[in-house]
Amino acid sequence: MGEEGLALEYNATELMACVASRVLEDGKSVFVGTGLPIIATMLAQRLHAPELLIVFEAGGLGPKLPTIPISVGDSRTFYKSVMAASMDYVMGMAQQGLVDYGFLGAAQIDRYGNLNTTVIGEHGSPKVRLPGSGGANDVGSLCTRTIILMRHDKLRFMNKLDFLTTPGYLTGPGAREEAGLPAGTGPHRVITQLGVMGFDEETKEMRLLSVHPGVTREQVQENTSFKLHMQGEIAVTDEPTPEELRLLREEIDPAGIVIGR
Amino acid sequence: MEVLREGAGELLGWMDPDEARRWMVEEKSRGLEDKRMPLREAVERFTKDGDYFAMGGFGHIRVSMAAIYEMIRQGRRNLKIAAKTAVHDVDILIGGEVVDTVECAYAFGHELRGLSPTGRRAAEGGRVKVVAEISNAGFQWRFKAAAMGLPFLPARVMLGTDTLRYSSAKVVKDPFTGKPLCLLPACYPDFAFIHVHRCDRYGNCQVDGTIMEDGELSMAAKRLIITTEEIVDEEEIRGAPDRTVIPHFLVDAVCEVPYGSHPGNMPGLYYSDEEHMAEWLRLSRTEEGVEEYMDRYVHSVEEFSEYVELVGGGEKMEYLRKLEYLQVPLEAPWRR
Repeated sequence: MGEEGLALEYNATELMACVASRVLEDGKSVFVGTGLPIIATMLAQRLHAPELLIVFEAGGLGPKLPTIPISVGDSRTFYKSVMAASMDYVMGMAQQGLVDYGFLGAAQIDRYGNLNTTVIGEHGSPKVRLPGSGGANDVGSLCTRTIILMRHDKLRFMNKLDFLTTPGYLTGPGAREEAGLPAGTGPHRVITQLGVMGFDEETKEMRLLSVHPGVTREQVQENTSFKLHMQGEIAVTDEPTPEELRLLREEIDPAGIVIGR
Repeated sequence: MEVLREGAGELLGWMDPDEARRWMVEEKSRGLEDKRMPLREAVERFTKDGDYFAMGGFGHIRVSMAAIYEMIRQGRRNLKIAAKTAVHDVDILIGGEVVDTVECAYAFGHELRGLSPTGRRAAEGGRVKVVAEISNAGFQWRFKAAAMGLPFLPARVMLGTDTLRYSSAKVVKDPFTGKPLCLLPACYPDFAFIHVHRCDRYGNCQVDGTIMEDGELSMAAKRLIITTEEIVDEEEIRGAPDRTVIPHFLVDAVCEVPYGSHPGNMPGLYYSDEEHMAEWLRLSRTEEGVEEYMDRYVHSVEEFSEYVELVGGGEKMEYLRKLEYLQVPLEAPWRR
């Protein structure tokens, strides 16, 4: 297959991994969870961000990830790492301001980037009981910028969450600081199978930054229960490059555990 | 300090620091005593129905699964778990009808493997109650407050969220900055099991790799039972004292249980057994399947060494060792 042919064929998960990896800058630190965040981080480390400091909540600091860990605490998370620390150490680091980026996922998100991973329905009589905060609330509270990876549809992009597990911008401008959360922190990007969102400087509400190839801005709005800001030019997301796809498929996730091939 | 908000979650495991000191004065021996005993005896002596407890390790890594199976075998009931990233442990404890109450940072899920059918079924059906929510750092620092002999520890997590509203934490106005601050109440579990790589007969323990929350948890737990891959000579510990992460005076029992973290991961020794995890995840889709699992792996054996044989014995353990050292490719049978 020619390089061009390869570049045209990719799935939504692969695209999301590529987009997320491009957000990560070299020389910064990132708090990583299982699944897609790990894939994106490994990709960034192999391409433009070799000096990206990976931080795992169970204490792994700066590993050279050889393969995908199943848990954020398993032995891969401190493989050839600079330090095998503790949760206390890592969470303390994040509270000090030493962790620049943090990855999050969720079952529900609202316009301010607040997330639910605890329960669908009532807390006392759940329709679906989800795992809870885990480290998510800590990541969303303490990391400087968070990157949210999730599926985009109306049931997930909601007006009102069933449960606010992890803080985004809470009720809008100034609300995080008012609640006592560290100043200057909050959600940075939301990456879905449809596009890339950021947050409006003034209102702290979600805004569309780019649509993925073949997706229209109308489609993104149709899959969102609240009104998305989309003034100005909306870019089209860059497609995965052949090199990104090769790394994902051949080196990072050859068994297709996360990317599903 | 002005209290701005209070979580409505149940406050589990808290003690007044003077009461906690009394416990430490009266119940923790400073001397070097041989604490070796069979796991069965440790579970009989140090765990009782209705207790609030925590497991060392993290997720399915370095968790004393041998103790979990033994608690199910002994028919413990109505236990309350500090689910600090609890994965397979809480799942089979719920399946085995040992746990009915959860303080939840993370439960009902299997990380990359997806959600847990048993835990979800029990929580959604009301058989298991979540009486408080918390975050991972929240739990970590509840243990740390206890480890420091303090009534609480302040932190900048959970603020502004429902996680706080359903927790046992409080928000106060910080007298230094004037900003809201979350106070996490100290947490002294009735007992904890921590699985380690090696320790001596007195309970001086070494762990390879990340220590997770075990430094603080070992100081917070009222009763601490160590399960260990091997018991080594005291001289080996004294020859490298910088490697001791849990000292003997915190420890109430030492139980030698090789492969005691199976089907979980023991860093440097064996990786997680994804075939076994997949079997559990498949069986636990139904109540009958849960029963089948318990009959096959818990009730049909008298102790953990028989279980190890049952899940594949030496051959399986050799495969898991190779997997740990990246010498064979990882398979994920739960994906199918």
